[in-house]
Amino acid sequence: MSSLVSIAMLAETLRIAAPYACAAVGGVWAERAGVVHIGLEGVLLVSAFASVALAQASGSMALGLVGGVALGVAVSALHAVLVDKARIDAVVSGIALNLLAFSATRLGLRGLYDSASNSPSIAGFRFGPTGTSGGDMLVRALLDPVTLLALAAIAASPFVLSETRFGLRVRAVGENPTAAFAAGVSVGRYRLGALAVSGAICALGGVHLAFDQHRFESGMSGGRGFIALAAVVLSGWRPARAAALCLAFGWLEALQIRMQDASRGSTLATLTQLVPYLATIAVLALGLGRRGAPAGLGRHAD
Amino acid sequence: MTTVAASSLRQGTLRRALTPARLRVLFALAGGLFVLNLASATFGQAPLAVLAQAFHGTWGTPYGVGQVLFKATPLVFTGLSFHVALRVGLFNIGSEGQLALASLGAAVFASKLGPGIPAVVAVPLVLACAMALGGSVAYVTGALRARLGVHEIISGIMLNRIIDVAAPWLLVAVLGAVSLRTEPIAASARLPRLDTLAPSLSGSAASFAAPLALLVVFATFAWLDRSRAGREMAWIGKSESVCAAQGIDVPARRTQAMVLSGALAALAMSGTVLGYKGAHELGLGAGAGFSGIAVAMVGRTSPVALVLAALLFGTLAQAGLAINAAVPREAMGVVEAVVILLVAAVASAGEPPASASAAPRAPRAPQAPQGEPPNRAEETP
Repeated sequence: MSSLVSIAMLAETLRIAAPYACAAVGGVWAERAGVVHIGLEGVLLVSAFASVALAQASGSMALGLVGGVALGVAVSALHAVLVDKARIDAVVSGIALNLLAFSATRLGLRGLYDSASNSPSIAGFRFGPTGTSGGDMLVRALLDPVTLLALAAIAASPFVLSETRFGLRVRAVGENPTAAFAAGVSVGRYRLGALAVSGAICALGGVHLAFDQHRFESGMSGGRGFIALAAVVLSGWRPARAAALCLAFGWLEALQIRMQDASRGSTLATLTQLVPYLATIAVLALGLGRRGAPAGLGRHAD
Repeated sequence: MTTVAASSLRQGTLRRALTPARLRVLFALAGGLFVLNLASATFGQAPLAVLAQAFHGTWGTPYGVGQVLFKATPLVFTGLSFHVALRVGLFNIGSEGQLALASLGAAVFASKLGPGIPAVVAVPLVLACAMALGGSVAYVTGALRARLGVHEIISGIMLNRIIDVAAPWLLVAVLGAVSLRTEPIAASARLPRLDTLAPSLSGSAASFAAPLALLVVFATFAWLDRSRAGREMAWIGKSESVCAAQGIDVPARRTQAMVLSGALAALAMSGTVLGYKGAHELGLGAGAGFSGIAVAMVGRTSPVALVLAALLFGTLAQAGLAINAAVPREAMGVVEAVVILLVAAVASAGEPPASASAAPRAPRAPQAPQGEPPNRAEETP
């Protein structure tokens, strides 16, 4: 039992949960502004690819990080423009962006590295002790710049959303776009801003994923964007709770790896993987999850 | 005088032929073509040569035509599935999972059929089994939405993921499969290839699932237009509250439409399992559900338009394979995404925002009259 709550386990949980938490908090930002965002999966993929491609070309991991975040912001902002300006249904736009991200990153893999599956390896960030003890692993995880940035962004999100002018206006736009518009708040501009923040935080998750694996693999997001979406709904659209839920999901996954039970078709592994999805459906069916939903989700000002 | 009359007549027919819906598709296709040419140029290929290759591999040879039919067949079913759900204002994003579970279950059922059962019994039985499974998954989504107010997009995405995770477990742990495919289906349950009718299609994977898809599309559209249930579904899509006031059981009709949508999506397995592979493999038919959304958006006005839209996206998929040596076939995925976005953008330019993604029971924002595009009036001479 002690191995389930050890320091090594904590480090492993942090490492696994980081991409989930980033995508989930990114999802909260988008949906609190009233924009349904099922393209989180695509943002994760695109930012992971861009960070590896740029790190590979320049040799600078920091540049890779910046590039990954920049492309994540671009894709997420494109979603805002497609939904708010071109009036495309947000679900259709999300599906198309996921398809675009999957195909374009594979196209990039074949064009840049002539491979259908993965990029050459990159160094990634390496700070702190190199030992294999639990303490060393935890220090390493906590010194990772991507993790630190993600932690800062996640910790700041509840404050920004509830205490600042920008955050309050984003929420106003998400709760009632018509009233916000009438009060002189530019719905389009605040949705664009919220989606840019969403893209940046979600992209940190994608960069973390790629740097952690030291390379890009085709389709490496592996449904993490959808687990994040589950966390968004389960949290009642609250960033801190969404991140905490992702920690729990990460712990479940770490548990599964620890039990060396990750082979395909194993009953226990399947059950643990189903937990987020089943919990989401159950919570919604019991009527517990609808209280937190932004009232203006999917609505326009006019 | 006569030449003027003839030219004005020609202009009239041209204007009639280019309806807004068709112009939309042409515009989207032009955008897709541009992206493809861009990809060709990026990979150092002459765009025209790549286009010629794409044409040759699709409509240029009888084999290519057969392959396009094969790729388009599942899309006809999934496109029709999406259309049926959208008719009552529901967004069936869960067709991906409905198809996957139905394909797996019906393939297992077909593998257990004894050799003595004739094809006229076996094929309908297997199709009924697939429809029951797809319909059951869709029932969960439909009932959750109609009775408990759970949004169908969230539950659909969650069910897709659940089936995605559970399918390997079902195969290995429950069915005891050694590899990630089912036992081969009974010979009598297989749909014959179309080349038994038209020998020139020889080698292509097109099967009798293609005429089956045609039959199902026309029958479903006729049923939707002529039956009481189908008419009520259309009214519910227009105004839920008016229908409820008129005494129509809105939750029941919505659930029925969702179940029908799931059953239709499940039929896509006829082309992939019964007509082609003869077994279900993990991932077989994946992506057909999402492409069905695109097919429905392009061609939901009539059965003919729906079939043409499925052929269009089938052509894109097959053309990707044809050009793969010069330009990676993933380029066609990018083209498909761009076509979807362009069609959606042009389609929404003249219409009020779709209500499908609005939260359930949330009051709609009042429609401001200035939402109409200003150039509407100028179009009529």
